[in-house]
Amino acid sequence: MDYFAQQLINGLVLGSIYGLIAIGYTMVYGIVGMINFAHGDVFMIGGFIALISFLVLVSVGLTAVPVILLIVLLVSMAITALYGWTIERIAYRPLRHSFRLAPMLSAIGMSFVLTNFSQVSQGARVKPVPPIITGGYTLHEGDSGFVVQLSNVQIVVVITTIVLLGLFTWLVSRTRLGRDMRACEQDQTMAALLGVDVDRTISMTFVIGAALAAVAGMMYLLYYGLVDFFMGFVAGIKAFTAAVLGGIGSLPGAMLGGLAIGLIETFWSAYFSVEYKDVAAFSILIVVLIFMPTGLLGRPEVEKV
Amino acid sequence: MKPLKLIGLALGATLALSTAAFADDITIAVAGPMTGSESAFGRQMQNGAEMAIADLNAAGGVLGKKLALQVGDDACDPKQARSVAEKLAGSGIPFVAGHFCSSSSIPASEAYADSNVLQITPASTNPLFTERKLWNVARVCGRDDQQGLVAANYIAKNFKGKNIAILNDKTTYGKGLADETKKALNKAGVTEKMFESYNKGDKDFNAIVSRLKRENIDLVYVGGYHQEAGLILRQMRDQGLKTILMAGDAMNDKEFASITGPAAEGTLFTFGPEPRNKPTAKAIVDKFKAKNIDPEGYTLYTYAAIQVWSQAVKKANTTDAKKVMDTIKAGEWDTVLGKLGFDAKGDIKQIDYVVYKWDAKGGYAELGGKGS
Repeated sequence: MDYFAQQLINGLVLGSIYGLIAIGYTMVYGIVGMINFAHGDVFMIGGFIALISFLVLVSVGLTAVPVILLIVLLVSMAITALYGWTIERIAYRPLRHSFRLAPMLSAIGMSFVLTNFSQVSQGARVKPVPPIITGGYTLHEGDSGFVVQLSNVQIVVVITTIVLLGLFTWLVSRTRLGRDMRACEQDQTMAALLGVDVDRTISMTFVIGAALAAVAGMMYLLYYGLVDFFMGFVAGIKAFTAAVLGGIGSLPGAMLGGLAIGLIETFWSAYFSVEYKDVAAFSILIVVLIFMPTGLLGRPEVEKV
Repeated sequence: MKPLKLIGLALGATLALSTAAFADDITIAVAGPMTGSESAFGRQMQNGAEMAIADLNAAGGVLGKKLALQVGDDACDPKQARSVAEKLAGSGIPFVAGHFCSSSSIPASEAYADSNVLQITPASTNPLFTERKLWNVARVCGRDDQQGLVAANYIAKNFKGKNIAILNDKTTYGKGLADETKKALNKAGVTEKMFESYNKGDKDFNAIVSRLKRENIDLVYVGGYHQEAGLILRQMRDQGLKTILMAGDAMNDKEFASITGPAAEGTLFTFGPEPRNKPTAKAIVDKFKAKNIDPEGYTLYTYAAIQVWSQAVKKANTTDAKKVMDTIKAGEWDTVLGKLGFDAKGDIKQIDYVVYKWDAKGGYAELGGKGS
């Protein structure tokens, strides 16, 4: 039981990070109907910006950890959001009325650009940081001496994820911007006729998605303690899978999918073999998609006439 | 069409010019992971090679010609290693010091063999490298069957009756080393409680760490590279595990400590006796230090690989790979690592692995030896 609880904690934290990235995929898909393959790399950029701003803050002599974390969070969200906006502006918007595959190809190209950009500008080496948030709590000590440990980083990751998820659910369902986004999702032409600035709304979607990816990047940096220029690829694939599993286009679905992938990977490694954890995760994805083609929480696509 | 052809001609002419400029030099190559997660070791190799070439040129070069260095990047990826090897072989170089990862050195060696290129690896320890009866390969480091034996003896002696786990990353090097260690351990009468593999490149090892915790593992032996081992160690400490981590020679870069932080303390690994402390290396080490480079890990091994080749070339009076290789295997060579002789397979005759330990300050030292 203790072992199960420990693995549950491991899985939830991993799933939270996947979920945060998956939200970016799902939001963009919901509104413009394209898979933003560069999103994993935006996440990587977010991690790098968090690292750089962290190093800058430490070098100017700041030592209060909560203040550092808050500033790093805001800075990386802001700058990564700018990246998201720029990517949409130069790589996707000019192709919006082109054939369906064009923006997707452009996204793959953008992914290469971002990877190589950070490889050239930041170097090809792994960038580690010393543990920033240390310590933790012993939740339960079993009879066999097995200790269920919850580290402070894990608490920070999960709480940040919950707060952000709440914030963005509120944004989409209660604000003017959210209403515009939902309108564009249903019918862009009609939304435009009714006075919604479609271009601006789509830009904002990319900005929000990138900001969330930046948070994920920062959590990744805090949790694993390193970033590198190719980390966006694997994380991106996993998060994309999570988005599809949850039902692409659905915000809570992305989070649920992320948690599901994280938990499957962890529990498979815990009770079966670590070697086949990815096989397990993707097999379950296939099984789910056979019986629920739109994913766990996705709505069937209605052909618009 | 015509202007296009002209441009092609012009391009061809400039290319010809640029190689012509080096026609009087002998170009040799160093190949290894200059990018990617193992790039710390690629940099060690490049540092060693650059210093070796500078020193040889300062002493008049070989066969009356200056040496030039070409750098190949395999990113520790077998496919890329093969294509880099073909590219290097195609440019007509006689000698490559490389690669780092065994999974790169092995496929690359076949391409070199086909194109008459001699390959000495400073770092690839998988036995298979020299076991395939290729004429063109040699190494200046030891082998994993020897390394695994030393690790196993240490474990059997110091962790008698404790719980042992063995992990590997499924690469040629990691799996090979883990298998050799397991074999030697079992022979010594120790049975491991857990034998698992993980994916190289993974970042999240929490699930596996919890398993180690459930099995009350006292020592985990990792056949793998420093990045994953560092993350495993860090996540073990985060989960409150005091388990000691032991690994192979891929742990000897300070980058390991920058990943783990102070958690590195107590981590064990096997490597040849500290090359920086050898009397034959003193002058070279001082030269590196003057350039603010710490010649750790495989830096001096790469230097030695180039020394062996250059001395054999002088003796054979040719750069022809086959003749040079025969000369290398017939003689004994003075290197920064001391005198090196080679057997018929291309392995060095004098081999000894020792156990190192990381300290809390981000350095490591031979157990019972001087620190770095």
